[in-house]
Amino acid sequence: MKRKWIAMLLTAAVAAGTLTGCGSSGADSGTSGEEGKVINIYTWNNEFRERVELIYPEVEKTSEDGTVTTLKDGTEIHWIVNPNQDGVYQQKLDEALLKQADAPADEKVDIFLSETDYVNKYTDADADVAMPLTDLGIDPDADLADQYEFTKTTASDVNGVQRGSTWQCCPGLLVYRRDIAKDVFGTDDPEAVAEKTKDWDTLKVTAEELKAKGYYTFASYADTFRLYGNNIAQSWVAPGETSIKVDPMIMSWIADSKEWLDAGYLNETVKGQWNDDWNKAMGSQSKVFAFLFPAWGIDFTLKPNWDGESGAWAVTTPPQEYNWGGSYIHACTGTDNPEHVKDIILAMTADKDNLLKISKEKADFTNTKSGMQEAASDNSFASEFLGGQNPFTYFAPVAENIKIAPLSAYDQGCVELIQNSFSDYYQDKVDYDKAKANFETAIRERYPDVTEVVWPQ
Amino acid sequence: MKKKSKSISYAKWGYIFILPFFVSFFIFSLIPLIDTIRYSFFEYYRSGIKEIGPNFIGMANYAELLKSDMLKYGGNTLILWLIGFIPQILVALLLAVWFTDIRMKIHAKQFFKVVIYLPNLIMASAFAMLFFTMFSTNGPVNEILMSMGLTEKAIDFMGTVGGTRSLIGLMNFLMWFGNTTIMLMAAIMGISVDIFEASDLDGCTGLQRFFYITLPQIRPILAYTLITSVIGGLQMFDVPQILTNGQGNPDRTSMTLIMFLNNHLKSRNYGMAGALSVYLFIVSGILCFFVYKMTIDDDPDGSKAAAKKKAKEERRRR
Amino acid sequence: MKQQKPAHLRNVIAHIVLIILSFMCLFFFYILIINATRSHADLQKGFSALPGNAFITNLKNIANDGTFPMFRGIVNSLIVSVSSAAICTYFSSLTAYGLYAYDFKVKKVAFTFIMAILVMPTQVTAMGFLRLITKMGMYDSLLPLIIPSIASPAVFYFMYSYLQSSLPISLVEAARIDGSGEFRTFNQIVIPIMKPAIAVQAIFSFVGTWNNYFVPALVIQSKDKMTVPILIATLRGADFMNFDMGKIYMMITVAIVPIIIVYLLLSKYIIAGVTLGGVKE
Repeated sequence: MKRKWIAMLLTAAVAAGTLTGCGSSGADSGTSGEEGKVINIYTWNNEFRERVELIYPEVEKTSEDGTVTTLKDGTEIHWIVNPNQDGVYQQKLDEALLKQADAPADEKVDIFLSETDYVNKYTDADADVAMPLTDLGIDPDADLADQYEFTKTTASDVNGVQRGSTWQCCPGLLVYRRDIAKDVFGTDDPEAVAEKTKDWDTLKVTAEELKAKGYYTFASYADTFRLYGNNIAQSWVAPGETSIKVDPMIMSWIADSKEWLDAGYLNETVKGQWNDDWNKAMGSQSKVFAFLFPAWGIDFTLKPNWDGESGAWAVTTPPQEYNWGGSYIHACTGTDNPEHVKDIILAMTADKDNLLKISKEKADFTNTKSGMQEAASDNSFASEFLGGQNPFTYFAPVAENIKIAPLSAYDQGCVELIQNSFSDYYQDKVDYDKAKANFETAIRERYPDVTEVVWPQ
Repeated sequence: MKKKSKSISYAKWGYIFILPFFVSFFIFSLIPLIDTIRYSFFEYYRSGIKEIGPNFIGMANYAELLKSDMLKYGGNTLILWLIGFIPQILVALLLAVWFTDIRMKIHAKQFFKVVIYLPNLIMASAFAMLFFTMFSTNGPVNEILMSMGLTEKAIDFMGTVGGTRSLIGLMNFLMWFGNTTIMLMAAIMGISVDIFEASDLDGCTGLQRFFYITLPQIRPILAYTLITSVIGGLQMFDVPQILTNGQGNPDRTSMTLIMFLNNHLKSRNYGMAGALSVYLFIVSGILCFFVYKMTIDDDPDGSKAAAKKKAKEERRRR
Repeated sequence: MKQQKPAHLRNVIAHIVLIILSFMCLFFFYILIINATRSHADLQKGFSALPGNAFITNLKNIANDGTFPMFRGIVNSLIVSVSSAAICTYFSSLTAYGLYAYDFKVKKVAFTFIMAILVMPTQVTAMGFLRLITKMGMYDSLLPLIIPSIASPAVFYFMYSYLQSSLPISLVEAARIDGSGEFRTFNQIVIPIMKPAIAVQAIFSFVGTWNNYFVPALVIQSKDKMTVPILIATLRGADFMNFDMGKIYMMITVAIVPIIIVYLLLSKYIIAGVTLGGVKE
């Protein structure tokens, strides 16, 4: 499954005025004499750049094509952007990391980003490509105390050393079409709809109601994956082992998806996510009632694909708490700009005012517990797209309850390939055992060191 | 004496003229090939960002590949190639004959020639992407079919084995039939007009002329087309890769050998990729040997005849 | 009369077949160009046969995107394709001529060898090629995309066949008697005779290089050296694929327009080459 996690804001013009005067500026002083002149940041879209431009007080200007940002002290940030899909981003990053030791100062990677799906690969203690935050002079316990705990765990290695930090966390909600809710349930009130979607059993009854009126509950079987896949009890591959253990949670996703598809609760023409059919399912002609999205999904995926009036959608609690995505900022071992890097990480992930500003301007659910509680009850965070509803009211309690699934360096491949392999099974192209075998074949191709795949009884 | 020294100096020119080709080949193909072969005997891959190996493991990679679905992917590749190639060569032959037949009055000949070659220009990846959107279940093709009342429910083109394979075949056909037509036209126009005139006087019908004159005369170019197409078919990658998003869906029935290789290259499994490359190398060698034998059987090595002829001439002159 | 009727019928069938095939060929270009003029919102509403009004907007979106330097990519692709086409046809002709016109010891071996490597898929050597390029310090440069085309067995084979049919050895000998040096003979007598073959192979090779994805994707790392197919491929993975299909279509359009222009300019040459191919020994 190609998973792009936050879409970039092409059209968003960042007003020059918003760049000035805000928040605490970090250490921009003395040590910069030893600092390199170029900060290379590896990432997969413009999302991080736009947020840096928005809140980092040292930003002077960004070149018109968006490849170079100049800071006030003359240091240049070079943005090296490669798309996430097909592993292009990681491939290019890995090349650069392998050359890191021999690279001239101006070409060294200083900061790179990673996603939850593969953060584990880069925070690995043996690989040691992401610097421990303490080596930068950041104390996670003090400086990052207001962050959600699970984001800190996610960015830590097996020894509990935190090697990255994020500005966002991605609790997911259920986003539904108000007109369909009115048509089927007679009301579009989020509280009333929440009653209809509160758990899987209730949702199945609701799905039958929707089906009777000719609507689909969700677009694709892949839509529900994160609710199961991010709530697994054991990691895909246990540390130090080479066998993949498929969690029972994944097996129930397979069973439920098949059942739902056969029952007609899902649109059988939408195969997976991130394709044209899926995009069209978000349009006004579609018969799909709801999507399961975190904050970024609503703003960057749903909104651009909705071609009707704004205010047509609303959010409510999902049948199960889940988390989807999250971009981690890492200081790269060997950076020649440690002070700047520290400064950027602190400004981007530890400053409540900055984070609240990101939430307001970019609609991210940001990584500040106290800030998000404030936002939940602050109506200035209401969204026009959601018809004046304040989504933070719904996001905040989900975020409190997220227990991050145990991660492994193999997650991305497992998540992608399990969805692909069973896609054929859902469509009756292959039987259950064949789908399992196909997954085993594909996973061995992706990870040559995997020795066996263990399915739950 | 003088003559002898001259012929030696000519031989020198022969070496000089072919030197750049061979130097370039040795550097950019042979050294990499040997490197690839060497690593095929090693366990050598990347796990995360850590490199594992290289550890010498003998033929283990080769054995492992034989146990995998490699042969199935070979079959897929063959089928996909045939689906595209058969119509391609038939249509191209037909068009080439029509275009070169002076008795046929084809209007706007130039226009048609330009148009049929056009798809060959569009890059395979872009073409596949275009097909992917157009033939998706909610795409324009289904919309057109439904609005014309030809089908009630959207056709799931890429959901079936036949559908996906036909689409790949169709794309390959569209991309290459114009190219082949032009090649074959060149060959047919190279046939001496005298032969055709003579056949006309003998009262040859169009069909007879085609089978007894045109086909045998253009055999070298047909061989060329076949060989290049076989190589192209063996290397088939962009189109199925993008159409099926690298998965070869459904059920890996559109997975070609190079897609399989690409999967190993992507996971940085140099050892396995090396072994697969060696298999591919052997297969392509065998395939082309057959094609070669089949098409130029009376002159298995064109150079031999040419060399002999020339040597004879030389001798005669001396 | 008897003769005329089937010929007439054949003519009609030929035209129908040609029109259908042309329609199939042009249909995709038509859809592409139509879609390039429509905004994402229009595209979401479904297919339409009429152009939209977002042509300029889409074009601007491409021109101003530093992440996907499409115009820079076109320049890179032009450099690589033109150089490759030039050196590939020249050196292939040279090699073909060398093997055709001269008699020397390893001649047979050399010919058989080239015929054998003709079948070698490029992908087979990709892995070693990449390592070699890196060692030679040519990683992430355009040179490794150009220089290896000196050795193009398929083009060589075509040139060789063409020489066999079009270049009488007596011509070369006549030139020698006139005191022409070997290189001069090749450049001033052989090359003009091979012009049609060179034109055909030049365009094939140009197109092949222009569309090549596999090798450039391995070799090129930095944005300002990327060629069009890499950009198209990265584009496919780009996030805005999800909400700006108009831009995607426009990018493909921009990517194929230069090659269509080159083709239309050269197409006369090709057809001329085809007719010239009739000259026999």
